[in-house]
Amino acid sequence: MIALVANPTRAVYAALIATLAIGWALVAFDGGTFTLNDLVGIQQRSAALGIVAVGQTLAILAGSLDLSVAYLISLVSLIAAETMAGQTSNILTAVVVALGVSALVGLVNGVVITKLKVHAFIATLGVALVIRGVLDHLYDGPAGRVPVDFQQLGYARIGPIPVAAILWAAVAVGVWFLLRRTRFGHRVYAVGGDVEVARLSGVRTDRVVIAAHVLCSLCAGVAGLLLASRLGAGAPTVGTDGGYDLESIAAVVLGGTALAGGRGGVAGTVGGVLLLAVLDSVFNQLEVNSFFKDVVRGVVIVVAVAVYARRTGRRAS
Amino acid sequence: MEDINQKRAESAQVILRMTGIGKSFLGIRVLRGIDLSATAGEVHAVVGENGAGKSTLMKILAGVHQPDEGTVEIGGETRSFAHPVEAQRAGVAIIYQEFNLLPERSVADNVFLGREPTRRGLVDRAAMDEATSRLLDELDEHSFGPRALVKDLSVAQQQVVEIVKALSVDARIVVMDEPTAALAEHEVELLYRLIRRLQGRGIAVLYISHRLREVFDLADRVTVLKDGAHVATVPAKDVTTGELVKMMVGRELDAYFPAKAEESAIGEVRLTVRGGGNGKLDGIDLELRAGEIVGVAGLQGSGRSSLVKAIFGAEPFTRGEMTPARPASVRAGVAAGIGLVTEDRKAEGLALNQSVRDNALLVARAIGHRSRTTVSDLLRRVQLAPPRQETEVKYLSGGNQQKVVLAKWLTVSPKVLLFDEPTRGVDVGAKAAIHDLMRELANAGTAILMISSELPELIGMSDRIVVLRDGRVAGQLPAGSSEEAVMALAAADGVAA
Repeated sequence: MIALVANPTRAVYAALIATLAIGWALVAFDGGTFTLNDLVGIQQRSAALGIVAVGQTLAILAGSLDLSVAYLISLVSLIAAETMAGQTSNILTAVVVALGVSALVGLVNGVVITKLKVHAFIATLGVALVIRGVLDHLYDGPAGRVPVDFQQLGYARIGPIPVAAILWAAVAVGVWFLLRRTRFGHRVYAVGGDVEVARLSGVRTDRVVIAAHVLCSLCAGVAGLLLASRLGAGAPTVGTDGGYDLESIAAVVLGGTALAGGRGGVAGTVGGVLLLAVLDSVFNQLEVNSFFKDVVRGVVIVVAVAVYARRTGRRAS
Repeated sequence: MEDINQKRAESAQVILRMTGIGKSFLGIRVLRGIDLSATAGEVHAVVGENGAGKSTLMKILAGVHQPDEGTVEIGGETRSFAHPVEAQRAGVAIIYQEFNLLPERSVADNVFLGREPTRRGLVDRAAMDEATSRLLDELDEHSFGPRALVKDLSVAQQQVVEIVKALSVDARIVVMDEPTAALAEHEVELLYRLIRRLQGRGIAVLYISHRLREVFDLADRVTVLKDGAHVATVPAKDVTTGELVKMMVGRELDAYFPAKAEESAIGEVRLTVRGGGNGKLDGIDLELRAGEIVGVAGLQGSGRSSLVKAIFGAEPFTRGEMTPARPASVRAGVAAGIGLVTEDRKAEGLALNQSVRDNALLVARAIGHRSRTTVSDLLRRVQLAPPRQETEVKYLSGGNQQKVVLAKWLTVSPKVLLFDEPTRGVDVGAKAAIHDLMRELANAGTAILMISSELPELIGMSDRIVVLRDGRVAGQLPAGSSEEAVMALAAADGVAA
């Protein structure tokens, strides 16, 4: 048990397996069944949050965070759907424009944080409000239309595996690789661990933070595209309804990444997202009141972080 | 053969020459006309009180600050550094007092931070590990490997990592800022060996320390700075400690330490511990009397800090008897009239962003004590000059910060005051002032327990010395015992350093 808790990544996976087992037992006891289909459904539902959370992991590891992802997701879904306007031939343009806007938002976040020296919390909250203003001004409801071909992204499966899940896995593996094997990855940890140490070692810290934010926003952009393909249109509330801003941060922290940065990784985040999704599924199966669901999720997150904090405290003493 | 000749040729070679360095901050001149040179294989000590300009001078060398006037020549070439990295590339490595390491990352990651070797665009971890291992081997360091996490290493081991980092960038000049401040006595010996190795490689070592004994142990030459100006550069063997101190402070500190307590001045028992123990301590017997200063000696990890924390209630005793009653919390400890001046004043002693006044009143406010003395009285008592109450504590020098910590405790007039390394990182002048204050407090009837890793200080100040070993009291020594006697007791018998 101690060995499990000693490593947050392992802890979150242990919790995930335990939750699956207990959930399965509870559902079975309740007279239902928990099938492969449900597992696949979990994957499908968690893909969007998972992609955002992987991006958020980068921002948090670099000692920052991004509160603008939810509004950015809405914006991207609208831009993509309106650019596509139901035409398959517009898909490529739409994706490029959507990701371009995402990268731009990330750039703004990063520059405001590093050059204007505004704390990430305020900087990204400000950007979030700006995007909300734009959305409120231009849209009062769903807009644009996504062609059937693009909807495949949200619904198609290769064998039993949803394309969305594969997309999530690809993003996660990509970022994992980036963090583990590239200079950029090493520097993300360094900047998040101690900006001054990184700077004095010759790391151009501002660039690292900006790049982390651009990648984080790109991930949010990908999630926005995925949600547009599911909805068949863009919607100004798709990001905020999903609570992707705070939920992605919660998933990252649940996965054992330190909110202060410099410690943690993608593997933990994936576990955190899956844990939240499995809890959700089990509650759905059991038809638990949705308010109670939120209570449990809240308790799980707080308990997890308290457990990690105990472990760090013990080491320090 | 050729190699040896080359080394000889280099040994006379001047690697660093700083000439006429001047620097002002916001119109205040902090350095003027400073000359400093270093040759290959030389250990050159730079000494001076806090505020003498040592740090600024080193930061200019490191490229953190740019000089307003003067030149820096490295290897005969005039250089100006706009960024620390440029200085690093030119062969200047600085090992700061607070290490520049990432605790969550591995040794190799730290050594190669900012210049990770790559192969086909990816970080080549095998090459990093191998290079790090090789350097660790060269330094005879086998207690940890390249993949160990820095947070799991001891302070001394972390220092080795810093040195490896310096070697890996092919540093020709290594600056060490107070390298022994956080080391135990026996680790200092290991550091000396490492420094000799650096010398042997033809590296010029600039050694900044408050501990003059180390300066004489290590340095070939000594440069003394005072108030931002160059006082003298002399061969270490040609000066005495007294002369150096005089150059630094401009006056002769005739008595290093205030007089010991008279037998008659030692009064009633203020604190007793019988068989005290907890996770780190066992069977502690201790008695403190009004008017005496009791020194606590011991190696790193012998439980010195645990002892004062247990008495204070921060990490309470779980076994044994204590009078006043064993405090279960800090609050209880303070209420019982016990104060603790912690080892790490920045992290544990002061709220750095708050004013001198707020810090001085921290304890009094926390326990709702109505102090009869005013803050200005307090600051006068601790000789804090200038006593500007609204200044944020972070802007004060180490010595003045320590005086604020003292003032904080004086508000509640504690019966027992515990000091954990009271003069660490404090300059010579302020050190003497703190020593005087401690003695004054004792004379006024406070019982004082003082931990110090500096044996001369411990012996100079203490009326009695308690030696700890492995969490137990290894023995007691009278005032004026020799350093050897203390060390023999502190290290296991016969293994004294």
